[in-house]
Amino acid sequence: MSYEAVIGLEIHSELKTNTKIFCGCATSFGAEQNTHVCPVCLGLPGVLPVINKRVVEFAIKAGLALNCTINKFSKFDRKNYYYPDLPKNFQTSQFDLPIAEHGYVDIEVEGKTKRIRVTRIHMEEDAGKLVHSGNTIKDSNGSNVDYNRTGVPLIEIVSEPDMHTAAEARAYMEKVKSILEYIDVSNCKMEEGNLRADVNVSLRPVGTEKLGTKAEMKNLNSFKMVESAIEYEIDRQEEILDDGGHIAQETRTWDDGKGITVSMRSKEQAQDYRYMPEPDLVPIITTDEEIAEYKKNLPELPDARRARLVDEYGLSEYDAGIITNSRAMAEYFDDVVAAKVDAKLAANWIMGDLAKNLNAESKTIESSPVSADNLAKMIALIEKGTISSKIAKKVFDEMWQSDTDPEKIVEEKGLVQITDSNAIEKIVDTVLAENPKPVEDYKGGNAKSIGFLVGQVMKLSKGKANPGVVNKLLKEKLDK
Amino acid sequence: MKVTKKDVENVAVLSRLTVTEDKINKYVDEFNNFLEYADVLQQVDTASVKPTAHVLPLKNVLREDVIKPSLARELALSNAPEKEDGYFKVPRIIE
Repeated sequence: MSYEAVIGLEIHSELKTNTKIFCGCATSFGAEQNTHVCPVCLGLPGVLPVINKRVVEFAIKAGLALNCTINKFSKFDRKNYYYPDLPKNFQTSQFDLPIAEHGYVDIEVEGKTKRIRVTRIHMEEDAGKLVHSGNTIKDSNGSNVDYNRTGVPLIEIVSEPDMHTAAEARAYMEKVKSILEYIDVSNCKMEEGNLRADVNVSLRPVGTEKLGTKAEMKNLNSFKMVESAIEYEIDRQEEILDDGGHIAQETRTWDDGKGITVSMRSKEQAQDYRYMPEPDLVPIITTDEEIAEYKKNLPELPDARRARLVDEYGLSEYDAGIITNSRAMAEYFDDVVAAKVDAKLAANWIMGDLAKNLNAESKTIESSPVSADNLAKMIALIEKGTISSKIAKKVFDEMWQSDTDPEKIVEEKGLVQITDSNAIEKIVDTVLAENPKPVEDYKGGNAKSIGFLVGQVMKLSKGKANPGVVNKLLKEKLDK
Repeated sequence: MKVTKKDVENVAVLSRLTVTEDKINKYVDEFNNFLEYADVLQQVDTASVKPTAHVLPLKNVLREDVIKPSLARELALSNAPEKEDGYFKVPRIIE
């Protein structure tokens, strides 16, 4: 039988605040264990949590950027469960009146736009971290707990089960990340767990409506993991269903090393969170005026920015999509084209050599060794014909080593393009004299062999001859 | 709705309490008494009353996002039954 996968995501994003959601402890990553804790986040008796104003602001911004309705009356609730990463035995979260609901995100997959509905966004506190002593989890005689992360503010973004392939789920998560970066509410550093997803997957026979039993995979913190885990899970469930089996409703964990999902705990014997209104926190009321003000102050979002790059600079949808996917890259692009250089050339250099070098050295564009200013100057040199594209690659490499003014590099290294026809003609003559075979081939009708001759001229000129002039001269002489 | 023995056992599991066999029937009766009392409250017409989110007439109690000193780790760990290398130590967790 053929099946359709039904996929929903719960994305947890840590907010970029200085302090925790209910106390003044710092949120910075990587501190020594249990040094960012206080009576409130340790859940000592008699303490009173107070909501961090910025958390509410960030959650509302995220709600609006994801096209949600902001609930003007919102409250916190206690979600009860026992696990040592929660010192209070409950997580302070939101249940029936989350800060935002009914939104959507548009994604593009294989050239088609698709709308993924966002069910809700709620605020909650993150849990602590368990560290297992002993060599492996099996021989450890205990678990160690670090409560530094307990109380770090999170928003949880819950989607409707509107996705049907791993690629759609990935595109959705990428888009959400991009939007959160644009509105500057989360660092979105996935390797630090700033952004992670719980993924629900179920299958149903193609053409049917009724949802199958789902399995949930928790805490996936890379796009690759989300994609691989979904693909694996679809195959696993398909095999079980084809064999006439039934899918157990359960939580599974993705084993990245082995590339499989493994059962963690069964959900069949009811998880009962016994939500209750949080009596220590009072409701959050937001007025229409405040919401309008937030809306007004939202920055340009990825979709709008992309449309602008297409309209204003004539970039292709695809290129504009890549550049605007990350806010930092979009800003870098804007800085380069602010110097009035050719936008398409700028896009090609940013997506090409710059991106390639950044990836190779695992650098972000914010810490690019080549500044937007210098890249713009280099592109201007290409446009003026001072250097060829080929020489530009050398200049770029020099700039990558030391962010030097490209004009200075060109001057110091003697990289100025030779456009003087007389100088080039000499080289062309030498090449023609030294390569009788290709010359004969060309004259015998093999037009392609001119490429070889151009290459030889470029080589002899150390890449400095203007390729246009070289081509023209070669043709003139060969066609004589 | 009548509380059964199974409900009591479930509540005990959720609350991490051990209830001995001889006490279960006693709790079944007590639970049912609570619910019967709740039934009395159910008779009040609340159609025009908004659900209570909080008993105090307060809203938007917020603080600025400013870092305050945390506890010294020694002090934070001082009530822990077990500790190791600056961590709280708990029994091995595997589900």
